[in-house]
Amino acid sequence: MAVTALGMMTPPSVSTHAPPYLLEVDSVRKEFPGVVALDSVCLRIRPGTVHALMGENGAGKSTLMKIIAGIYTPDQGMIRLRGEPCRLTSPLDALEAGIAMIHQELNLMSFMTIAENIWIRREPLNRFGLVDHAELRRRTRDLFRRLKIDLDPDQAVGELTVAGRQMVEIAKAVSYDSDVLIMDEPTSALTDREVAHLFAIVEDLRSRGKAIIYITHKMNEVFEIADDISIFRDGRHILTDAASNLTRDKLINLMVGREITQMFPKGESKIGEVVLSVENLALEGVFSNVSFELRAGEILGIAGLVGSGRTNVAEAIFGMTPATAGTIRIDGKPVRVDSPKTAMAHKLALLTEDRKETGLFLMLSVLENMELAALTDRYVQGGFVAQSELNGICATMKNTLRVKTPHLQECIENLSGGNQQKVLIARWLMTQPRVLILDEPTRGIDVGAKAEIHRLISDLAAQGMAIIMISSELPEILGMSDRVMVMHEGRVTGTVDRADADQVTIMRLASG
Amino acid sequence: MNASVNSGGVVETPARRPFKMPVEAGIFLVLVAIALAFEALGWMVRGESFLGNSQRLVIIVLQVSIIGLLAIGVTQVIITSGVDLSSGSVLALSAMVAASLAQTSDNARAVFPMLTDLPAVVPVIAGVLVGALAGVVNGGLVAVTGIPPFIATLGMMVTARGLARYYTHGQPISRLSEDFTWIGAGATPVIVFLVTALIFHVALRYTRYGKFTYAIGANAQAARVSGINIGRHLIVVYGIAGLLAGLGGVMTAARSATGQAGMGMGYELDAIAAVVIGGTSLTGGVGRITGTVIGTVILGVMTSGFTFVGIDAYVQDIVKGLIIVAAVTADQYRMRRRKKA
Repeated sequence: MAVTALGMMTPPSVSTHAPPYLLEVDSVRKEFPGVVALDSVCLRIRPGTVHALMGENGAGKSTLMKIIAGIYTPDQGMIRLRGEPCRLTSPLDALEAGIAMIHQELNLMSFMTIAENIWIRREPLNRFGLVDHAELRRRTRDLFRRLKIDLDPDQAVGELTVAGRQMVEIAKAVSYDSDVLIMDEPTSALTDREVAHLFAIVEDLRSRGKAIIYITHKMNEVFEIADDISIFRDGRHILTDAASNLTRDKLINLMVGREITQMFPKGESKIGEVVLSVENLALEGVFSNVSFELRAGEILGIAGLVGSGRTNVAEAIFGMTPATAGTIRIDGKPVRVDSPKTAMAHKLALLTEDRKETGLFLMLSVLENMELAALTDRYVQGGFVAQSELNGICATMKNTLRVKTPHLQECIENLSGGNQQKVLIARWLMTQPRVLILDEPTRGIDVGAKAEIHRLISDLAAQGMAIIMISSELPEILGMSDRVMVMHEGRVTGTVDRADADQVTIMRLASG
Repeated sequence: MNASVNSGGVVETPARRPFKMPVEAGIFLVLVAIALAFEALGWMVRGESFLGNSQRLVIIVLQVSIIGLLAIGVTQVIITSGVDLSSGSVLALSAMVAASLAQTSDNARAVFPMLTDLPAVVPVIAGVLVGALAGVVNGGLVAVTGIPPFIATLGMMVTARGLARYYTHGQPISRLSEDFTWIGAGATPVIVFLVTALIFHVALRYTRYGKFTYAIGANAQAARVSGINIGRHLIVVYGIAGLLAGLGGVMTAARSATGQAGMGMGYELDAIAAVVIGGTSLTGGVGRITGTVIGTVILGVMTSGFTFVGIDAYVQDIVKGLIIVAAVTADQYRMRRRKKA
């Protein structure tokens, strides 16, 4: 084979013969029993760009990414990498072909060090064939210097924060020197500063000619970072366009395929008596001096960065980790809450932040997930469950909350995130709470379900329920809350009325 | 057509799930297949029917009904994503205690010379309570100290066996009253096994106790947030497993009219095998008593069948081991398929 001097010096990816697209997905179809997850989907990714994928949950984004990353194999269609057809049958195949995926659920070994995690399977060996730890450390430091990551390579991954682990995942993907990097909602657990850092890394990769496929639900992020945007709906590719040609509203309409008139509809509700009051509540080393009052029909928003103690306050009120000081009063009477069970006896309810960890029973049915909390004090006689009565109530709940499921016997794992969240809300409504605490009620949920959940929260307030809503999304906080309490590093830095609340004020309070 | 039309002519959308084969159907087919294989082998090797003998059919269940009794308790523990290794030893301890209180006064060397000729109800209750107590200790260890169920019940397995030996310094206990031995006679163990199975089948499916048991196994954190007192519930579940092991001990002592510290040796593993063959997942949250009953009967059919066609006892164990692994492998595939769906 004749190779010219020029050809030898020029890497194939920038040679004049290189195809304009780094990665091409050609009419890919993927079926799961009973569902067509992807239907003749085409996608083309240019090198040196950030390509955002958007769509409601269940639109097929994650399935497509799993096909590109070699986790699933397509039923029909093919993938071309640098113009060459390639068949990926395992994540290892994909890595070797230059495709790395940063997973939504983090895949690191917590008892191993950062360096060991990054170079797993590629450990440098010394002359005895044993792992050369000094070299391992050196390589990790070089990598971290390049990415401006400030972590100790010898630290165990289990000791890191979620953000730290995310950085390690990113460093690991970069270490493979992959041409295509897939990021599936990388910022969902990151603070603003960490997001800025992540974006700086993404910029750097883009300038090196890498392609980044970026899945997210967050609109602001998309317009900040993406060059191209592809929209998916119901397993179909709807459109790909430059980000500069699209607007927020257009994007939302394309994603849901219908008009959404109002994103955050907190309606009128009559504010009544004080139901819950909290005085100087503290959890040693986590938060202190938290005081507030909550009235019937009121929505109190709690804003703050991740780690500000918002979730801890909710968990203390609900007895998951009882407070070490302070008083909780219900209807003016002091109560002791030392477990979720006692909290529920006082008509409190908490929708937790992490659906999978502390909310769902993934292997159980929709019905079993929905009915459980109510069983602690009703629908039970002599130990026996009044199942037919419960079935009726659950069916009503399913209809009222518009849970999309073929039947109540369906395994909850097969529902989309938004529908799972509705089932969990139904679980708490069935306990007929007076105070409902919602921790990130719409995290990782598609736009349509989000609007429905907002309307539901608003309706509940109108019916006189007292609601606390913790959220990282400022528009949500501003749109839904009657008052906003802002926390920073375990302290309340301010409480703002609806009329005075705006993004700037709240951000200022949240950053101390 | 998916929608069904009722008598009023109104089209109603199906609210219930389309009919699906219960998980147990697969296990039941395995049972039938094994039984038919022995039937065929029987005609080939011995020229007679394996199944066409009603006495043998009773014996098949009879010889595993004590293991089945333990397995019913272990099923519930495994549904909470725990495990109970102590059931065989607890059985022995309960058998010793029950036997010691069931002796007749014509025994010159009774364990408690002052406590002979007692009504049969005394040893029965004592044996069952000893078992329940051991189970409560298991549950308490798991709930309070947070040590893994494997370790907690391993400790109880060794300790209870030691206590059973220490109780009479290894001497067997004999000459038990007829009122007591009557309990284990004939087909009573079969009846006790099946009635217990029915009770806990109902308890798991239709009571709050059952719902909470599945919930804890499916996601203990979420169960706690939903207002379940996990520690207390685990103590009840392990307590019931212990109680059933105690009942197994009483039955064993009554049937053999003795108490011996070596009783029930290895039963804990047979019980776990029956549970696992029956489709209960070791990861918790999934499992049914009906499956365990079928799993128990499969063990019985295998033991009887091997003996019937004259296969070596050592080979029996080899095959039994393979079947357990095959059952769990099948379970893994089922879980994976369900996940992808």
